[in-house]
Amino acid sequence: MPPSNLDSASLVSMYRRMRLIRRFEERTAELIDAGEIRAHAHLYIGEEAVAVGVSTALDTRDITTSTHRGHGHILAKGGDPVRMFAELMGREAGYNKGRGGSMHIADLGLGIFGANGIVGAGAPMACGAARMFKNRGEPHVAVPFFGDGAMNQGVLLESLNVAAIWDLPIVFVCENNQYAISSPIAEMSRGSLADRAAAFGLAAETVDGMDAAAVFEAAARLVARARAGKGASFLECKTYRFEAHNTALRASDLTYRTAAEIDSWRERDPLTVIAERLDTEDGWAPGDRAAVDNEVDAEIEDAIARAKDSALPAASTALDHMYAQTYPGFPAGVSE
Amino acid sequence: MTRELSFVEAMNEALVQEMARDGSIVIFGENIRGQGRGELLGLQDAYGDDRIIDLPISEAAMTGIATGAALAGGRPIVHFQVSSLIFPAFDQLVDQAAKLPLMLGGQAHIATTYMVMGCGASGGRAGQHSDNPYPYLIHAGIKSVMPSTSADAKGLLAAAVREDDPVAFFVPVRLMASRGPVAEAPYAIPLAQGEIKREGTDVTVVAVGHLVAEAIATAEALAVDGIDVEVWDPRSLLPLDRAGLAATVAKTGRVVLFDDSHRSCGFAAELAAVITENSFRDLKAPVKRVTRADVTIPFGEAIEAETLPDQRRLEEAIRSTLAWK
Repeated sequence: MPPSNLDSASLVSMYRRMRLIRRFEERTAELIDAGEIRAHAHLYIGEEAVAVGVSTALDTRDITTSTHRGHGHILAKGGDPVRMFAELMGREAGYNKGRGGSMHIADLGLGIFGANGIVGAGAPMACGAARMFKNRGEPHVAVPFFGDGAMNQGVLLESLNVAAIWDLPIVFVCENNQYAISSPIAEMSRGSLADRAAAFGLAAETVDGMDAAAVFEAAARLVARARAGKGASFLECKTYRFEAHNTALRASDLTYRTAAEIDSWRERDPLTVIAERLDTEDGWAPGDRAAVDNEVDAEIEDAIARAKDSALPAASTALDHMYAQTYPGFPAGVSE
Repeated sequence: MTRELSFVEAMNEALVQEMARDGSIVIFGENIRGQGRGELLGLQDAYGDDRIIDLPISEAAMTGIATGAALAGGRPIVHFQVSSLIFPAFDQLVDQAAKLPLMLGGQAHIATTYMVMGCGASGGRAGQHSDNPYPYLIHAGIKSVMPSTSADAKGLLAAAVREDDPVAFFVPVRLMASRGPVAEAPYAIPLAQGEIKREGTDVTVVAVGHLVAEAIATAEALAVDGIDVEVWDPRSLLPLDRAGLAATVAKTGRVVLFDDSHRSCGFAAELAAVITENSFRDLKAPVKRVTRADVTIPFGEAIEAETLPDQRRLEEAIRSTLAWK
């Protein structure tokens, strides 16, 4: 592992954020099983280095769009675990006032345009924001996150083209976790994903998506390029989802991949990779990792408790928030 | 001052005035530099390539780009060259722009206007260029307006642009070259405000888009026989002026719905339901519908005409509803 240009404090901070995502997701799964969270969630476990590596290169005025597997992207950019758990629990105190749930969490104040239930759908929105930044002469960058599956979705390919011809300040971040639900990317497309982006005229790179420091360095380079007005780029992060596609599909997880394959990727667990880097670079003292873990665990438990304590939306507010401007009898309810 | 303007000239005037008033307005479209119809005429010269933005043939991306621009503080207008081009953009319209505000819990609203040009059949444009697709977007909860005159085109387009929600502005292809008086000063016609286009006492024809003028022509013809037809134009399809509709139904007690969208789950079906729920006691006869047939519009002249609502069948429906005891 080559040394990184990050100082120890930055690496520890990245480890902490990755651990926060890991613990958030582990507890989310438990809360779903316990019936504390309705429905299901797509867990980000195994892919933490991508969200944290990229987001460390961003500030709050840069915007991101996310995927159905979005919890990690939101926490990585500074999302509040209390408001996230509250959203998963359908509470009024949730990010989306209990209207969105797992697949739609957003924080417009932090430049997080939100998760999305439709593969590839956030990419054009990121282009639109990037176009506004460029029009207004602002130095901000748009970062759409998406998976390998989205690389076969028409709107994403349209977006790559528009970003290229407009020289947009945008970095497309492809989380290649090898599977579109159960379909291996090698069977769903020919050639490399980065080559495909390069063919559209984007600067394209591929990086080890299990190494947060490597992801950060590639992302920081491409973000700086975008801020300098040098146009759109594409970063393919090779990564892996350790858990099933979502918490409802655990039983079928081994119908399309093997336990041995999952184990081989777990040997390169992104939390272990960054922890080993800190160990070898003397970035922290013995006991520091356990201390961070304990702090994060306490923060997560506190967030869960505070979310649970908060109120559910009143049924009478069910029609709220769809429109900025309403009219007599509009929007219509269930009966008159 | 009031002058005669064509429908697209009136739209152009609304765009010029709104863009001058609000620097956050940008227009996304395809084939802008080559479009010769007039609604975008001169805008690129006046406002430049950063506000009048030409795209590749990518309707889905174009629509999503507008949503992102709105979330980033812009007030975008999306120009669809012909009505069926909303279909390649369907996810971005109905599953993204329409749904995001509620799903975000009110964190943001999406102030976007969709200018849907060339709606309906103009003769020989066949199945994929003859649609009146407003029921699809109304069903998805996208505010929708369809003007029937140049004056309404200007006022409703200004209102659509000023609204802080997605609004689809449907342009009837048969009216694009029609002319009418338009006030020069800026104005907006509020949503959910229909208008009586012809006063009458015997029967109400609710007519949409290009059918308003046809309904008025039919009314004039029937006046010779002593039949006094009121023509009511909803203008705003969603939200609907329920009070205005109820008032005209209360006045005449007989209703013919004259709408060029599909019969099943079309706009007339919704109007019929609203009238039945809210105005049943005022009705002297069952509500009648004259609509587009439930088929793809065929190419040939006679077979195309057979699928579309027209004055002959409107007159039959009016006479039939008046004869009902």
